[in-house]
Amino acid sequence: MLELKQIYKTFNRGTVNEKRAIDGLNLTLEEGDFVTVIGGNGAGKSTILNLIAGVFPVDAGSIRLNGTDVTNLPEHKRAKYLGRVFQDPMMGTAATMGIEENLALAYRRGKSRGLRKGISNDERKLYKEKLSILGLGLEDRMTSKVGLLSGGQRQALTLLMATLQKPDLLLLDEHTAALDPKTTDKVLQITENIVARDHLTTLMVTHNMKNAIQYGNRLIMMDAGRVVVDIRGEEKKNLTVRDLLDKFHLESDRMLLSE
Amino acid sequence: MEFLSALLSALPGAVAQGLIWGLMAIGVYITYKVLDLADLTVDGTMATGGAVCIVLMTNGVNVWVALACAFLAGMLAGFVTGVLHTFMGIPAILAGILTQLALYSINLRIMDSKANMAINPNNFDLLVSLRNVRAVTLENPIFVAAVFTIVVIALLYWFFGTALGCSIRATGANPNMSRAQGINVNRNKVLGLMISNGLVALASALYCQYQGFADVQAGRGAIVIGLAAVIIGEVLFSRIFHNFALKLLSVALGAVIYYVVIQIVLTAGLNTNDLKLITAVVVAIFLALPYWKSKYFRGKMKVPAGKEVTPHA
Repeated sequence: MLELKQIYKTFNRGTVNEKRAIDGLNLTLEEGDFVTVIGGNGAGKSTILNLIAGVFPVDAGSIRLNGTDVTNLPEHKRAKYLGRVFQDPMMGTAATMGIEENLALAYRRGKSRGLRKGISNDERKLYKEKLSILGLGLEDRMTSKVGLLSGGQRQALTLLMATLQKPDLLLLDEHTAALDPKTTDKVLQITENIVARDHLTTLMVTHNMKNAIQYGNRLIMMDAGRVVVDIRGEEKKNLTVRDLLDKFHLESDRMLLSE
Repeated sequence: MEFLSALLSALPGAVAQGLIWGLMAIGVYITYKVLDLADLTVDGTMATGGAVCIVLMTNGVNVWVALACAFLAGMLAGFVTGVLHTFMGIPAILAGILTQLALYSINLRIMDSKANMAINPNNFDLLVSLRNVRAVTLENPIFVAAVFTIVVIALLYWFFGTALGCSIRATGANPNMSRAQGINVNRNKVLGLMISNGLVALASALYCQYQGFADVQAGRGAIVIGLAAVIIGEVLFSRIFHNFALKLLSVALGAVIYYVVIQIVLTAGLNTNDLKLITAVVVAIFLALPYWKSKYFRGKMKVPAGKEVTPHA
């Protein structure tokens, strides 16, 4: 499904701020995997998502999606395969455009945008239906500007936009980090429902160990630009925050010693 | 009384001029408001369109063909700025300034090294002309310019409602989101700049016919007038006009209001040489208005009865 091979990425090369963000990372995702990604600040979690999405190029290594080599594809061309939700609720939607307009933009992801109508009446029905599933009452505010929505509503909408055309891979970059606990639960619930319903292969970065354990069938921990822990199946199901913290400390101690 | 009659007789000219510049301002609106780019190319294209149109017409080309060529010339200028900005990574403002500078030489080449070129309304079939400004016929430039405005607004309203047009609006609203949704942001910026400068060149072609001459200096300060129209329109009409077509209309009206205000100031006895200074002052004030409003004139919040907050002693 997703195949990352020997990925390297260094920021600010040749300056005092030089930072090796990704250091020879290898990762393979199977079809239908829901992988949660944890790790400390600067571990490279967001960087790897951005590299997959093509926000910036890799220094070395290859990225394959569904057998297609996308390593050198520009961001907007890779979008065909990817659904993305960002940490900042402002980033995933166009605030000055209406809810239905945003959905219409997402509905055409991976398709050509010509001189046909930007939004048809049939589509409106579809959007209304999809919005009502979110249970946020957005289906009655289809023409409202997205800028009027709360952070949680915007994240839920972005999630819907990311999955309106079924993506080969869903990338969630700490998409609940800016939300309050109650809204976080709601958005994660919606996430799980959509992922399960559409059998989406998903990569979810989170800072919350509890969430990382609760959701998904596989958990990876990153440190210093590599995958240091990879837990799946039964072991993942029985995992506790305590286990995870132990592993986390073990790994960071090991890293410290090796340096 | 004398002031009023002088103003009244000058008013039709101001309205016609305002409507033609309104088309130019709609072009500025596309870059400044829709794409969120400050494009200074227009100071060059506002001369290019007229130069192309007048040169072609004096060489016997049909006026509509000449207008179309002016439009294409403007699009080409926009394309150059777009490529400088996207492909070569030059900040939009600088890219516009570079094209504008280059256009000065190109405009002189188009006009065969003459700083200005006249076109005689007696010998040529002009669409708009200053001398018909008080005529009650279909040839009145106010009528013709109004028709152009309506057609342009209708076309743009349609275009920005298409899938492609929506993606251009999204590009301006949120480039990150646009890329994530598979929109080629760079291509859209180039496209927007082309449409914008095409419109400006079209306005320029009409304006040169209206005045009866093309001038290599015609575009100096054009961006400021265009911005003035955009901002005046927004400040005055944003509360009542929400639809995209009406927003474009408010830009056209903004240009008319700008020229009427300028006419009032001139009739009141100010020197034409002071015009640029007045323009700058008018634009600065209208730019500051929304800021002042939010900072100094916030609506007082009404505290519900029984919930008054008493300051701690």
